[in-house]
Amino acid sequence: MKQDLGFGKTGISTRGRTGSEAQAEGVARLETDELEPELREALRNFRLSVESWSDAAYSRSRPVMEVHGRRIWRLAAGWALGCALVAGAVSGGVHERHVRQEQARIAAAAQLEKHRLAAEEQAREEEELLARVDSEVSREVPSAMEPLAQLMTGDESQ
Amino acid sequence: MATADQIAAEEFSRIVQSHRPQIFRFLLASTRDVDLAETLTQDCFLKAHRNWGSFRGESSAMTWLMRIAINLQKDHWRNRRMQFWRHTRNNAVDLDEASDWLPSGERSAEQGLLAKEQVGRVWKAVEKLSERQRTVFLLRYVEERDLGEIAASTGLSEGTVKAHLSRALAKVRIELGGKQ
Repeated sequence: MKQDLGFGKTGISTRGRTGSEAQAEGVARLETDELEPELREALRNFRLSVESWSDAAYSRSRPVMEVHGRRIWRLAAGWALGCALVAGAVSGGVHERHVRQEQARIAAAAQLEKHRLAAEEQAREEEELLARVDSEVSREVPSAMEPLAQLMTGDESQ
Repeated sequence: MATADQIAAEEFSRIVQSHRPQIFRFLLASTRDVDLAETLTQDCFLKAHRNWGSFRGESSAMTWLMRIAINLQKDHWRNRRMQFWRHTRNNAVDLDEASDWLPSGERSAEQGLLAKEQVGRVWKAVEKLSERQRTVFLLRYVEERDLGEIAASTGLSEGTVKAHLSRALAKVRIELGGKQ
């Protein structure tokens, strides 16, 4: 049975020290005595200081759930903030991309329309130019030259 | 008649009552952070409770608990390095504040000041120690464990424990103004 494995052997006293621990304490003291007096005194004061601080802090008990609850809330808040930041960054990126695509599409359409209007204008101008040339260049044959024109026509037929 | 589970629960309750202050003290000295020491102490006994069935009594209960506490402390610092955004603020008290704690004994004002100064210098030296040196030093000179127990708690050989202790003491001597 697990209950009988060891704890009965440890023989913990009311001070929380086992027999072997008390023996170890004796050994510890013996070894400490070999140190220089100043160092030994400093180490003793250090130990007493830590014990004093620890006793004061330990007696200031606080509910267990408070600590855990605070940690859980801090963790949850951290995750929520992290998720919000990631979601914001992703949605911002997607929105930015969408806006840029839309602007590019509008700019391309405007460019196409501009080209079409320019081509139409050019075609119209060419037509007008041709019409003007035709009207200026073409004229009727003068009446005095008609017999000569007929002769040339007759020679060609022969 | 008490069942096996009831007996186990009672024994574990006695373990908690008798050893909790010492585990807390070691963690407080290691971290200089009361909140963190409390949290790690709770985690230590929670882990001990879960693994109570695997405790075979090969070492003392205190050595077994201390080993759990040391491992939890290591895990904490490792996680803190990896997940630094979890704790943006360090709650550890500064050395002056830690040195303020002295038992109200039969000391004159001058002796009190001298003791405070000594304690402050030891804290300063402890802060400069490596993680292993600090653990070994605190186990030896605050918890007053012998070398065998320190070796069992830390998983180091006794020779390594002695080497760490020697280096730690040398640094404390330097800080106190003595020879190495």
